[in-house]
Amino acid sequence: MNAQNKRMPKGGRVDRSHSIEFSFDGEGLAGYRGDTLASALLANGVTLVGRSFKYHRPRGILSAGPEEPNALVTLGTGGRREPNLPATTLELGAGMAAESQNRWPSLAFDVQSANGLFAPFLSAGFYYKTFMGPTRRSWKVYEHFIRRAAGLGRAGTEPDPDRYEVRHAFADVAIIGAGPAGLSAARAAAAAGARVVLIEQDFLLGGQLLAERSDGAAASWLSRVEAELNSFETVTLMKRTSAFGIYDGNVIGLVEQRNQDCPPYSGQARQTVTMLRARSLVFATGAIERPMVFPNNDLPGVMLASAARIYLNRFAVLPGRKIIVATTNDGAWRTAFDLAVAGAEVTVVDLRTTIPPALVVEATRLGVTVRTATRILNLRGGHSVKRATLKGPDGQFEAACDLVCMSGGWSPTVHLASHLGVKPRYREDIGGFVPGVFPANQFGAGAMMGIYATADTNEDGHRAGIEAASFCGKSAPVPAPSKLDLGETVPALLRDFPCAQGGKAFVDFQMDVTTKDIELAHREGYESIEHLKRYTTLGMGTDQGKTSNFPGLSAMAALRGATIPETGTTTFRPPFTPVAIGALAGRATGHHFKPFRRTPMHDWHLANGAEMLEVGLWMRPWFYRQSGADVSEAYVAEMRNVRRAAGLMDISTLGKIDVQGPDAATFLDRIYANGFAKLQVGRARYGVMLRDDGIVFDDGTTTRLAESRFFMTTSTAKAADVLSRLEFLLDTAWPELRVAVSSVSDEWAAMSIAGPESRAILAAAFPSLDVSNEALPHMGSYEGEWRGRALRILRLSYSGERAYEIYVGATAGEQLWSSLLEAGRPLDLKPYGVEALGALRVEKGHVAGPEIDGRTTLDDLGLGRMVGKRSGFVGDVLRRRPALLAHDRQRLVGLECMEDGKRLRGGSVLFRPDEKATGHGRGRVTSVTFSPERDRYVGLALLAGDLATEGSEVVAVYPMKAETVRARIVSPIFLDPQGERLHG
Amino acid sequence: MLRFECPCCGPRDHDEFRYGGDASVRRPAHDDPDPEAWYAYVYVRKNPAGLHREFWQHVTGCRQWLVVERDTRTHVISTVTFARASQA
Ligand SMILES: [Zn+2]
Repeated sequence: MNAQNKRMPKGGRVDRSHSIEFSFDGEGLAGYRGDTLASALLANGVTLVGRSFKYHRPRGILSAGPEEPNALVTLGTGGRREPNLPATTLELGAGMAAESQNRWPSLAFDVQSANGLFAPFLSAGFYYKTFMGPTRRSWKVYEHFIRRAAGLGRAGTEPDPDRYEVRHAFADVAIIGAGPAGLSAARAAAAAGARVVLIEQDFLLGGQLLAERSDGAAASWLSRVEAELNSFETVTLMKRTSAFGIYDGNVIGLVEQRNQDCPPYSGQARQTVTMLRARSLVFATGAIERPMVFPNNDLPGVMLASAARIYLNRFAVLPGRKIIVATTNDGAWRTAFDLAVAGAEVTVVDLRTTIPPALVVEATRLGVTVRTATRILNLRGGHSVKRATLKGPDGQFEAACDLVCMSGGWSPTVHLASHLGVKPRYREDIGGFVPGVFPANQFGAGAMMGIYATADTNEDGHRAGIEAASFCGKSAPVPAPSKLDLGETVPALLRDFPCAQGGKAFVDFQMDVTTKDIELAHREGYESIEHLKRYTTLGMGTDQGKTSNFPGLSAMAALRGATIPETGTTTFRPPFTPVAIGALAGRATGHHFKPFRRTPMHDWHLANGAEMLEVGLWMRPWFYRQSGADVSEAYVAEMRNVRRAAGLMDISTLGKIDVQGPDAATFLDRIYANGFAKLQVGRARYGVMLRDDGIVFDDGTTTRLAESRFFMTTSTAKAADVLSRLEFLLDTAWPELRVAVSSVSDEWAAMSIAGPESRAILAAAFPSLDVSNEALPHMGSYEGEWRGRALRILRLSYSGERAYEIYVGATAGEQLWSSLLEAGRPLDLKPYGVEALGALRVEKGHVAGPEIDGRTTLDDLGLGRMVGKRSGFVGDVLRRRPALLAHDRQRLVGLECMEDGKRLRGGSVLFRPDEKATGHGRGRVTSVTFSPERDRYVGLALLAGDLATEGSEVVAVYPMKAETVRARIVSPIFLDPQGERLHG
Repeated sequence: MLRFECPCCGPRDHDEFRYGGDASVRRPAHDDPDPEAWYAYVYVRKNPAGLHREFWQHVTGCRQWLVVERDTRTHVISTVTFARASQA
């Protein structure tokens, strides 16, 4: 291939002294600094760039911006692989390795395109009919083939080694788009005294001005204004930055690409997301040219007219020699003239009958052939356009061509402006949608408001800049707008109606939606634009239908015989352009994804063989490796040691709440289902809280430290919710109660010592403490000091053994933990982890998270008798709803495995032994453990009906592992039902 | 990306707050035995398109429960007051 054989000898905004090597599908090519990947491909004569989504049709480059539906490529390899990138937005970088997508075995010869194999399946509504209809089963047959056939690029599967950043920024005035309107707005707002951020997705400022000759009036205006903006310290220019979403409070989501001059390993973030909060916001997002709709309008070599002009004037690339410019409006004539000046043979094919005379005069001067009232009927060509069939007033005729430029008019880029709910409004005079009524802190300027001539655009941007600054209270005197008149004429355009005889005429290039799909949707009654979108997938590609939205709704309007406003437009949502998940995550990946909470004894656990487990945000010891080879061996050994001697467990993660005030007892009486008012000072009580709807919320213990002071503990999982709920009730429901609550969770290190030897160990560790059953009975408490820090001992048991919870000032946690172990060594005190903790409580029949699952009542859990005849507590009234009292509810039962060598599994579904094991069954296993006490697996379950009586036999089915095991219903208390161990 | 003007802490991002439901419903007295009153309080909501009074707690700030008046159509927040004061 001739190196850059389509590049003009001079001109453009590329740096010819700086050559850049890159590759496309493995072929080495060269471009210049200042190229995009698309312009560099065109310079090298590459027109076939990809294969289409469904039909695998050859596709080229349609546009020169972020609206590109066709020229999507994959960049990078391994973890850096990134698919579906529009070549038109990629700044060419040294060593860039681009791959075409959706072709096999090669781009030039694609098997599926050759066969047209799946085309019949892929018409509009295919997915709906296949998923929802009577043919649903056939999906299973075809899925494999269709997933291979239809699709875009493939993402990488390895971890991404690059770094991303997320930051926050602030501005008085943020301006999106640095075309003539945005630049004028920035200049005015800055002069008025505002802090301005100007956002441009391109690596150059200028927008549509970059389509003008690089040595003309537009170019000098551009460099003058850019220099002016650079002279303001209060102006930040953000190039290579796309605004992907507008959020509440004028927050703009921005993603900035790394400058291609910085190589991947330079340490710079690959992409940076900025959440920019602006006091006022100017949308200067421009407009997107519309394709025309005719058969084979998707052939490589068919391009938007404005794009061809950009490739010529900005990149000095002449993409064709024999060119047809098809249009409905004046704008594309400027493309025709520039192409003719560059030496191409150009024919203008205008749908209109009357053309402004000045255009015809200029065309004649430049030798451009003019055909009025003429349209393209069809195109032919293989991998590139070769011939056109045209139809004019004198009938049909043929013309050879190697490039077709088309312009169906312009659509203002209203997407971002409508993210916050500004409804687009149709303007008949410009034939397009503009934003409706903006809120007071948002402004629109230039082409996105339907103002197209550069002279008007500049004035409009200037006005918007002054108004946006003034909204922020910045109104210093502003110099007159910097004038630039390019003499464009902007008369009303003729609406293009699709012509679709003799081949596929594409409305949405990326999603492969044709006029036939829209006709089918119309015939089947999907007339609303929102239904049309979902039925045909029009506009649902990664380009969000930037070029297809208007032609699609225009076609539907024509079929319905309705106007454009009657047909409506779809709702635009973020993101405007695709954003990598990595960019949104920033540094919040891996260990930085969320904060970790560590207990005061964390380092000790790590240094002493603990295998740690994430429990919510907490890191907790799961089991200790010295207890056994793996978790199942270790937890049983740790359990046995607790039952035989004693174990020490880190319970610092429990929620701890200090409740104080003259009305504290009254308050607790209302928030717990069981009474607390009569609790004696120095005593603790187990309590259960309900939600307002009568379902169990959380459980824990509360100790009365003094007449008006209580110490509450909650489960680890519900600590934050319980505190917030208590504060809610005090602030909103019962402000008359004189009570204050405060979290003291982080102030205390907490550990539980459990087992028959616990009392002796406590006596050894605290020689001056009276640990006798009389002084410190079950549910008793002690407050004192240990090595100068607060010490609190509560005699509470979760395991069913004699046990003590010991609380000490957090900084002394590890010290106390170590000295307890030291004191307990002669009596075999060993640490145990959460696996053993859970197993011990199952054996004792205590409910926990798996049973208190937001669906169970006190009665379901066998706790109803705690309440007695009390009333007036949270959840009391609604817990007596008939549905919650129904006799067929699932209730807590104990379960014992009946088959030797088999195990019960949590989550198993329970059935009668004589019934077929399908569906949701009669109940489910919530918690299981191996019970050393019973020498078999036991569990807790929620089970309904007669089956839930002790002695019944059930079958526990675990479909995940295709396991079935017989089990017997028993009391949920597997150990010491009289509680002799804990009271003794 | 809402911001609340916390009467205690000043303007703060809504990430610091926790939503606490509709503030226009009246909670029955703690010993009210009427199931209808509790049913209405727990389940019946108006869901207006327009001004809505709602509870938010400044969880990572002063921990006060607040009553926020927000327009559900525009998310414009007109007032933020202490819930305690508005209940008194
Ligand atoms: Zn606050």
